[in-house]
Amino acid sequence: MLVSVNWLKDYVDIDVPVSEFCDRMILSGSNIETVEKTGDSFSKIQVGKIVRITPHPNADKLVVCQLDVGEEELLQIVTGAPNVFEGATVPVIRNGGLLPDGTKIKKSKLRGETSNGMLCSAAEMGYDDKVISLDIRDGIWILDDDLTPGMDIKEALGLEDSVVDFEITPNRPDCLSMIGMAREAAAVFGHTLKYPETSAENEEGDVRDYVSVEIRKPDLCPRYTARVIKDVKVGPSPWWMQKRLMHGGMRPVNNIVDITNFVMMEYGQPLHAFDISSVAGGKIIIDTANDGEHFTTLDGTERELDSSMLMIHDAGKSIAVAGVMGGLNSEITPDTSTVILESANFNGDSVRLTSKKLGLRTEASGRYEKGIDANLCSEAADRVCRLIEQLGCGTVVGGIVDEYPEVSEPKPLDVRVSRINHILGTDLSGEEMTRIFTSLEMEAVQNEDVIRVIPPTVRQDLLIEEDYAEEVARMYGYDRLPETLAAGGAAAAMTTEETIRQQARAILNAYGLDEILTYSFVSPTSIEKVNVSENDLMHRNFVKIINPLGEENSVMRTMLIPNMMDVLSKNYAQGNKKVGMFEIGRIFNDSHINCDGQPAEAEDLCIAFYGGKGDFYTLKGYVQGLLDKLGIPDVEYRPEKGLATYHPGRCANIIANGELIGTMGEIRPDVSERYGIDEDVYLCELLFTAIMRQTDTEFVYKPLPKYPAVTRDIAVLVDEEVTIAEMERIITEKGGSILESVSLFDVYRGKQIEEGKKSVAFALVYRDPDRTLKDEEVTQQQENVIAGLEKECGAELRKM
Amino acid sequence: MILDELEAIRKDAEESFEKAGSTENVEELRIKYLGKKGALTKILRSMGKLSPEERKNVGQRANEIRNGIEKFIDEKTTELKKHQAAMKFRAEALDVTAPGRIPKLGAEHPVTKTIDEMTRIFMNMGFSLTEGPEVETVFMNFDALNAGPNHPSRDMTDTFYITDKTLLRTQTSPVQARTLLTKKPPLKIISPGRVYRCDTPDATHSPVFHQVEGLAVGEGITMADLKGTLSEFARQMFGPDTKTKFRPHHFPFTEPSAEVDVSCFKCGGEGCRVCKGSGWIEILGCGMVHPNVLKVGGIDTEKYTGFAFGIGVERIAMLKYEIDDIRLFYENDERFLKQFR
Repeated sequence: MLVSVNWLKDYVDIDVPVSEFCDRMILSGSNIETVEKTGDSFSKIQVGKIVRITPHPNADKLVVCQLDVGEEELLQIVTGAPNVFEGATVPVIRNGGLLPDGTKIKKSKLRGETSNGMLCSAAEMGYDDKVISLDIRDGIWILDDDLTPGMDIKEALGLEDSVVDFEITPNRPDCLSMIGMAREAAAVFGHTLKYPETSAENEEGDVRDYVSVEIRKPDLCPRYTARVIKDVKVGPSPWWMQKRLMHGGMRPVNNIVDITNFVMMEYGQPLHAFDISSVAGGKIIIDTANDGEHFTTLDGTERELDSSMLMIHDAGKSIAVAGVMGGLNSEITPDTSTVILESANFNGDSVRLTSKKLGLRTEASGRYEKGIDANLCSEAADRVCRLIEQLGCGTVVGGIVDEYPEVSEPKPLDVRVSRINHILGTDLSGEEMTRIFTSLEMEAVQNEDVIRVIPPTVRQDLLIEEDYAEEVARMYGYDRLPETLAAGGAAAAMTTEETIRQQARAILNAYGLDEILTYSFVSPTSIEKVNVSENDLMHRNFVKIINPLGEENSVMRTMLIPNMMDVLSKNYAQGNKKVGMFEIGRIFNDSHINCDGQPAEAEDLCIAFYGGKGDFYTLKGYVQGLLDKLGIPDVEYRPEKGLATYHPGRCANIIANGELIGTMGEIRPDVSERYGIDEDVYLCELLFTAIMRQTDTEFVYKPLPKYPAVTRDIAVLVDEEVTIAEMERIITEKGGSILESVSLFDVYRGKQIEEGKKSVAFALVYRDPDRTLKDEEVTQQQENVIAGLEKECGAELRKM
Repeated sequence: MILDELEAIRKDAEESFEKAGSTENVEELRIKYLGKKGALTKILRSMGKLSPEERKNVGQRANEIRNGIEKFIDEKTTELKKHQAAMKFRAEALDVTAPGRIPKLGAEHPVTKTIDEMTRIFMNMGFSLTEGPEVETVFMNFDALNAGPNHPSRDMTDTFYITDKTLLRTQTSPVQARTLLTKKPPLKIISPGRVYRCDTPDATHSPVFHQVEGLAVGEGITMADLKGTLSEFARQMFGPDTKTKFRPHHFPFTEPSAEVDVSCFKCGGEGCRVCKGSGWIEILGCGMVHPNVLKVGGIDTEKYTGFAFGIGVERIAMLKYEIDDIRLFYENDERFLKQFR
């Protein structure tokens, strides 16, 4: 909401500097986006009168103007503007002057002719294209003839003003008006609000002889008023009015339109004028449209209507889309002599839906959507009549047609002084609160702890005590409220999940892996890119977004791998050489929907790296280390050959306590290639929700051993197919109760080893907690182990 | 004569030890003089032939000389060891200005890092962590939070819908509603999490971002408590001299409502690029929980009051680290991430 401070001063005294005005308005709840000082952005622009125009001797498209700028000598300026004429009063920027876009004007020669400055357009003087009158939009600004040549333009046009852009919150549509803002300012600065003059001095005839109004849908149109103005003389409105419209962000059009816009900005009440000659029978009927009806709006667009849309009809046809835009068939033209002035109240939701369906948002529809006080209609209509009379552009016909079946009455509320203090943490008196309410044009009467407040009907946001608490707080000043810390409540607790997440993140960071975060929505084809099988329904039951940003963001992810591959791919393309990353994020699945319609959400952890950060066993080490730290020690890694995402010989399912908790492996080369990564990528996706469920970090310590251990190494030759896990199982079984641990320390293939075989070496540690072991018994067990390996997996003992 | 011999040995030993250049030399000399076949030992062995008187003199002298030689050995050994150590140190000297081998640590994501810090601050003020679903019901995301049926944020242009009853939550505030439905006051919770809005990504918009929600409900909780809590948060997050400014604002789920600015932590309020010259930076929205929201949880609004706030995590991180493009958080370029270790 753009507010010219000069205009605001018509309704309320503002006797503080603009900066202080702004600060205090902000603290009382009228937040400010920007403050623009008009006329501050240029220098050395004066009023000039074109005395003579001669053709340019060397250029067809240029002319040479001699201007009276209030000095003895005429000023010569060369221009190419098509709209200049002898006798025109125009803005002239002198040599040395500065334009808002930073251009500095210097004496120059244009095709051999001296030019001492430049004639200015409104745009060159800093006005936005959308507020410049169409007459002068494409040329030099033609000013009023009565301006004195040589005057500084700021003084001549009264440009020195501050335009404040207020951010109006949706609960305060009453502030989308000069009077609404003046009401706020009056309360803040302790002044009285001065309402504008609304009664015409001379009225002729009776409006009932011209127009009748019938509301057929009172739920969609609570009130409709009509006034009539005859002997209308359409022409430009005076500069003071144009300036206010422009500073308020609206384009001046002609006096009738400008006055209705001016009053809309004053009161927040949209108004519309119909040419009475195109309103059949002088009848105004408010009713919904017919399905499939076609109608051409003022902007020249033909639109298709439906039966939900409220329209203004005359005796036979539609003439306006209620609250949105008038029809081309009843618009004001230069020949219009009598107009019907509509000042009506339409249902905001209805206007919003119509405007949305038509794809047509207007200043009026925006205001109706937010809600307007129905009591404003007649006052705003009267104000228009007053201005029409004042500007001499028509004769006001007496009376008003006012269809207002259910009058909107003020809603009184009893508020408690103690309750408001209880909410705010203050100790304000009832008198102080009463004073605040009164300053905001409310009636307020205190009776001990209770204040009966009656707000003006424009304040549709005041419904409960808390609303009044806010009024008190913002007028008293949020900055003056005390600061305390809330007492009570239990000691703060972390969720178990977050505790585990933080632990996991710390471990993964310590491994040198960077944490990433990616979007939760992906393309449904993302899983194809990582070779997810057609039968893999778990990853294909997408939760779909009805209105996605695009196909590539249209479903919720069911796994983290595609996003991880994308991130690795981008990093690879960027030339980042050794990259290791992880993400903990939610995945979504449509196969389980709860009673509220929500799909299952689970968390996954994806770890991946490329570029010499390690191999399969590095990855496995990361996983083992993590699971061990989270208290899940007994984990089985089962070879998995059936997942096309991974290298079939380098992939394992991870199983803990009989539950699949993830899959890891080397990404299949065709997948990495698809992502443009020319290196081995190692990746695992863990079902983090399952891991969090299994996490058990409770434990008790084991006493330190009192007796020494005996370490015996063993090396055997076995077939390639024999797994380490199998051998460890045999060793553990045959090693008996005195075998404390077994650990692999070497796998060797190559020289002296037969093709298809490998040499595997383990270190076995024997210990009895209660005594020192005898050499013979260790040897006995060791032989037992060897025999087991020989028998169960065809191992052949190698000499150490 | 024997005494002369002894004197010659002493002299010879003194000179030899003087010349010894290594601990090996010293050992050789020890053997030469004091060894089983050493010069002094030989003389001592031959003393049997002497008269008792001579034996006494010679013995005394020989002992003196042996003590002398032992002293030479000690002194020389010490000196040589010192020298050897010095040599060794010289040879092993390192260029300490050359770079060390830093263990490669991974980086925390700046969003997580910021959430962790905010969580820590609020937990220290007694707020417990709570989590909620990202696919929310329309009821929890809007109705329960007093957003009217025509509230513009419900539009398909603003909110991602899954069905007509479910959506991707647009704010962490539904956790407030869920908490009020399941827990009894007094309660103080915070809830960090992901939220979604229909915004095409650009430098300042992201369709996915994070918020931290806060809620306190109890007997006698006031707006002054809200101010105190958030001012304390601002001081801990941005520095002890940080000032806060509470401006009246409007949210459907709070009344009275406020937006909070902090004094610019870059320029301290003088006005700079970070605060766009104003000296203040808006960081969050908050207010006293609207009675309609408390009623959803069946809470007696006469007895209990509460406050709530919502803070945009990326916004805080962007301000704190002077990051000028929100997309960087989701591009995950290692060169960006590695800066947040």
